[in-house]
Amino acid sequence: MPNEGYTMVTHEKPFRYLSGDLKVTRGASWSGPGCHDGCGVLLYTNAEDKLVRVEGDPENPYNQGRLCVRCLALTEAVNHPDRLRYPMKRDPKKRGTEAFERITWSEAYDFIEEKLRYYKDNFGAESVVFWRGTGRDIATYISRFAWSYGSPNLTSGINGIACYAPRVFGCASTSGSFWVGDYSQQFADRYENPQWKPPGTIAIWGNNPLISNSDGLYGHWIIDCMKRGSHLLVVDPKCTWLAAKSALWLQIRPGTDAALAMGLANYMIQEEIYDKEFVDLWCYGFDEFSERVSPYTLEKTSEITWIPPEKIVQAARMIAASDGFALQWGVAVDQTTEALPACQALSALIMITGNLDNPGGMIKPPELLNYLGGWGQEFLPQEQEEKRLGIDKYSFYRTGVVSAAALTVLEAIEKGEPYPMKAAWIQTTDIITGTGPDPQRAKEAFEKLEFIVGVDLFMTATMMALADVLLPAATYPERNGIRVGDGCQRGETINQAADPGECKADMEILLEMGRRFNPEAWPWETVEDMYSYILTDSGLSFAEMQEAAPVFLPYEYHKYKTGKLRRDGQVGFNTLTGRVELYSTMYSRLGLDPLPEFYEPTPSPYSTPELYEEYPLIIITGARDWMYFHSENRRQEHLRALRPEPVVEMHPDTAKKYGLTEGEWVWLEGHRGRAKRIVSLNLGLDPRVVSTSHGWSHPEAGPERLYDTRELNINSLIAWEDMSKIGVGANYKVMLCKIYKVTA
Amino acid sequence: MSKAFLIDYEWCTGCHSCEVACQMVNDFPPGQFGVKLSILGPWPYEDDKWIFTNVPFFTEQCTCCAGLETATGQPYCVAHCQAKCLVFGELDELQKQMTAKPSQLLQGVGQR
Ligand code: SF4
Ligand code: SF4
Ligand code: SF4
Repeated sequence: MPNEGYTMVTHEKPFRYLSGDLKVTRGASWSGPGCHDGCGVLLYTNAEDKLVRVEGDPENPYNQGRLCVRCLALTEAVNHPDRLRYPMKRDPKKRGTEAFERITWSEAYDFIEEKLRYYKDNFGAESVVFWRGTGRDIATYISRFAWSYGSPNLTSGINGIACYAPRVFGCASTSGSFWVGDYSQQFADRYENPQWKPPGTIAIWGNNPLISNSDGLYGHWIIDCMKRGSHLLVVDPKCTWLAAKSALWLQIRPGTDAALAMGLANYMIQEEIYDKEFVDLWCYGFDEFSERVSPYTLEKTSEITWIPPEKIVQAARMIAASDGFALQWGVAVDQTTEALPACQALSALIMITGNLDNPGGMIKPPELLNYLGGWGQEFLPQEQEEKRLGIDKYSFYRTGVVSAAALTVLEAIEKGEPYPMKAAWIQTTDIITGTGPDPQRAKEAFEKLEFIVGVDLFMTATMMALADVLLPAATYPERNGIRVGDGCQRGETINQAADPGECKADMEILLEMGRRFNPEAWPWETVEDMYSYILTDSGLSFAEMQEAAPVFLPYEYHKYKTGKLRRDGQVGFNTLTGRVELYSTMYSRLGLDPLPEFYEPTPSPYSTPELYEEYPLIIITGARDWMYFHSENRRQEHLRALRPEPVVEMHPDTAKKYGLTEGEWVWLEGHRGRAKRIVSLNLGLDPRVVSTSHGWSHPEAGPERLYDTRELNINSLIAWEDMSKIGVGANYKVMLCKIYKVTA
Repeated sequence: MSKAFLIDYEWCTGCHSCEVACQMVNDFPPGQFGVKLSILGPWPYEDDKWIFTNVPFFTEQCTCCAGLETATGQPYCVAHCQAKCLVFGELDELQKQMTAKPSQLLQGVGQR
């Protein structure tokens, strides 16, 4: 039995059972392939242990039997003939060619150990960078490997840590915790739970959760809540389906979210419709905050954001009057130049309306493992931590951000300063295809490194261009794991169903490498022992959790009133002042602006008018397609058929102005570079704004062409330097471009 | 008895799960569908109103998942519908449900 306070669901069957000729394995999904969720799945395998079908687990309260297309078409990824099947090695001089040779796992491990030992002994462990992507369930173990090896240079390869981290660290700094919308996800009985009520208003702000399923949110919970009475306020430059169904849609100019939030706050304060009691009792710095937002009158806010003043009024009144207000904010807030003060501005809206720790408002996600903080930092010696690239430049990186600054790492590789960089460990990321800026620059920098290890499911542009040793990873149905990650955590296991052949779990590779360098940090015989250790607090071992999962953690509302948010047991929030800080004492101590602020994006029509003349359209990148998670899934034929090529969406007037027609190939060109797209008309966009997705490649183009990433990667328009002065935020969603036809 | 699908199109988000669930479980190649989505919009009308409506249509290739063993006993598309806006059942039963909420679509698929 799990420890007290944990709740379970009842299962009709054991986690492995037979259905006709097929074996069924119940468990959670997680990467890769995957997303940020970890839905409950039933994996059907045949007598040869081959995955033949995936079904949503109706007993799992998380997704309640539902699945998106990516897990439905999972067999096409797992059984794909292009999967990497065995470890390979290639002479660094032959990078970019298919000169890989098959080696055994023990040869691979020994060779990697020898090389990494050499760099550690001769140049210091900091000369090896650990470069990962979104990481998901694998991130935890990569961080432990980097740190226990002795390198502080671990990064998720995105400049300005501009994904999720600004929101999380921003909230933690000002209110002592991250907060997520309350959709009843913390309860095993979900919508039936008597303590829960649906949010009166959900603000969908800077994300399209139905498609993105990000940060531990199953997007269609929004629909479940709408059916139960929640109203939507949507802040998006595009008329998404949710915007069309909303009570109010604010068509915002990209990158001006902070100004809108400050305008909304100012209006609520002027009209005295904020929650005075909560502010009096639990907020710190209200006067300074009120003064800071006071210039953001309706007129000024409207001018900056392109939103009519009367709609700003409507939105402010809607938020203030709402019985439970959930801020469903997304990556667009992180992907502006200065994300920290923007996050502060948005989170002020939940603070001054008292929507913290309350049913149908914002909740502190229960955790078994501090997911974003990494795992095992205590194994990194202090003198190594001092060498972490970026901490001298960005004071905020000393307060909870555990990664190195990706741009600073890149510069160190390029210039050999402040110390030489020699090798890279690349896992869970496709640098040349995926989420980082200027892929060409990243590629050229990495080419300078003497030794590169890659771990992946498929041959990717990055692995083809860079890997000297390439290790084949198992997909999630082929190995065990646990789903403790972003959002509200549950005791949830990923259970092996299919035969991985020679592929190995990412975690197994890290455990094996880790113990060769630091056995004390990796005392476990098997990955399952390691998972049991992480699950300790639940009172269940991994094997017991496999049967019982999902297991829900203890949860209660209004903990700030009972002293349960703070270690010292005092009432209030886990900040220095014990209140949620509209004026941040932590930022003030770090020499940062203690109050929220709006910074005009650069480039933009107003900050760089000359550039705007040559590049007359605002382009937002990272629009999500139903079929794809970042660079993944392009090889799954049923998914690819639904969206064969990347599109740029634009208003028909925009197309007309530039003589373009639906379906034709165009170049999108900014002052940094260009990328190809197909025109798709959409009346739901402002004619001054175009929108496109990212992570594109053509697997059919073959490895030597790097799968056409050179012409498809939209991040060619973005420079590594297009980022925040304090290291938090980058410009992915606010660039300028021009559009012209592709001519042969 | 005559079978039918009741489609509460107010909630259909256009997620394609019904389409892909059907293709995978029936081994249909890309381009063949037991159920196929139509996407209408977005376009604006009147003051600030938008049409953005998705409607799945069941084709003659749909077998109603007869003989398929699943955890719920439901057709694969229905079981996975992310908006939970599809119901499969007896035509006359579903007609009653439609009376309760008339702004739905009822597609009869005959005896399958
Ligand atoms: S949201 Fe989709 S890809 Fe993510 S776990 Fe659920 S079904 Fe799989
Ligand atoms: S009922 Fe079965 S065969 Fe018919 S559309 Fe749905 S999944 Fe396809
Ligand atoms: S699965 Fe449901 S919500 Fe998704 S497209 Fe089909 S009918 Fe619509």
